[in-house]
Amino acid sequence: MTGTHTTHGARDHARAQGGTVVEAMPTLPASAWPAPPAGVAAGDLTWAEVVAGGNYTNKLVARGTTIRLTDLAGDACAHLLLFNADQPWERLNVADTVKVPWQAYLGAGHPLLSDQGRVLATIVEDSSGAHDALCGTTSLGVNAARYGDGAPQGPSPAGRELFLLGALKHGLGARDVPPSLSFFQGVGVGDDGALTFAGSAGAGRSVTLRAELPLVVLLANVPHPLDPRESYTCTALEVLAWRGAPTAPEDPLWSATPEGERAYLNTDDYATARGLA
Amino acid sequence: MSATVARGTVVSDETVPARAPWSGVVAAGHVLTIVDLAGNQAVDCLLYRADDTAERYSAADTIAAQGSIFLTTGSVLRSCEGRPLMTVVADDVGRHDTIGGACSKESNTLRYGHHTHHQHACVENFLREGAKWGLGKRDLVSNINWYMNVPVEADGTLGIVDGLSAPGLSVSLRAEVDTLVLVSNCPQVNNPCNGFDPTPVRMIVTAP
Repeated sequence: MTGTHTTHGARDHARAQGGTVVEAMPTLPASAWPAPPAGVAAGDLTWAEVVAGGNYTNKLVARGTTIRLTDLAGDACAHLLLFNADQPWERLNVADTVKVPWQAYLGAGHPLLSDQGRVLATIVEDSSGAHDALCGTTSLGVNAARYGDGAPQGPSPAGRELFLLGALKHGLGARDVPPSLSFFQGVGVGDDGALTFAGSAGAGRSVTLRAELPLVVLLANVPHPLDPRESYTCTALEVLAWRGAPTAPEDPLWSATPEGERAYLNTDDYATARGLA
Repeated sequence: MSATVARGTVVSDETVPARAPWSGVVAAGHVLTIVDLAGNQAVDCLLYRADDTAERYSAADTIAAQGSIFLTTGSVLRSCEGRPLMTVVADDVGRHDTIGGACSKESNTLRYGHHTHHQHACVENFLREGAKWGLGKRDLVSNINWYMNVPVEADGTLGIVDGLSAPGLSVSLRAEVDTLVLVSNCPQVNNPCNGFDPTPVRMIVTAP
């Protein structure tokens, strides 16, 4: 007997649930996160969340925010989309992200570029080295055929379905969900163009991004499209973010490559004209 | 002209000038043949389901489903929902790109320098031609580059290198559903994708 047959009883029942702790949940305030990264003051944390396998999250973050993604148990796959929060028609362009730096494999120092020749975020640290910018994420029909279901609240959600929900919450729609990239499950390309699924680099690996503009961040934690396992396998993803500054001219990353330097110049030019710098 | 071009009844036959856009709806079952008239001319291409343009070509779904980054005969060009839009039914070249995307004035500034900002670029063609069909900035995604050669080295280094095509070679695409095809006959002059000299291409639609 829960006593929920009256409004007061229902209210008591609902309120009694507050304070429950589960593994996959946001921690608020983020400064209450029990283990801030080394060198980061608890008070600088702006986002602390664990995302279960088969789920997603979204956040609007300030320019300069550092975002660390950690594959807690070794089978996360963090599919990522980024949008300029000021003008979301400017968004992650995976083609430019591999073409402009002349590099198909994501790693430390790699700029994640928009379609406007600007850096949305920079990968500043990477202890995994197993990522993918070619295969995107999964779709409803593909997961239905593969696992028997692909609906966003079903047993085996497709990445695109979760991205779509995240996009809708920012006033965007299906036309705003382009190809994505993913972290923690590696894919290699052979001379003949054939892909090889390399999988995870192991539990506890992390990737750290620096937001170079105000961003809408969409993260879907779902199995990689090439994951060969029969069962839908995806484990928890930890997301921590803290205040920081965008890449500056004195940072070695700024001038590491001529393409990157012009990308940071374009980003700074936009931020200056927009009043963000 | 390749044998493929002559097959079936010609529905339309147009020459796209150098640097120009082109678009058209290819009916389900019809075949679009793109002829590289002068050789090594990149043809940037996007596909949309004609009755619902929110469902569009997805390079990622296409690559993941076939397990390869290169397009050639047998490649199924899939939508963002993983469904077939078109199938490559003939290919004289053997390798086409779908990871390099389109050139833009903005990305040209990164790749070559800010002096290239006011040059022609494929995104300008896609935006202008797409607007005729009610499409806009949000509708542009990673595209196909017919006749463009983009190898990936063992260490991940990739780049647009000299093409494998030659004058008169063609590639033919069968529409699996009514498909809006948006093309930019690439105007890029700063890399070998057009042999540093943009040239016309021919677009022939045939009915079986």
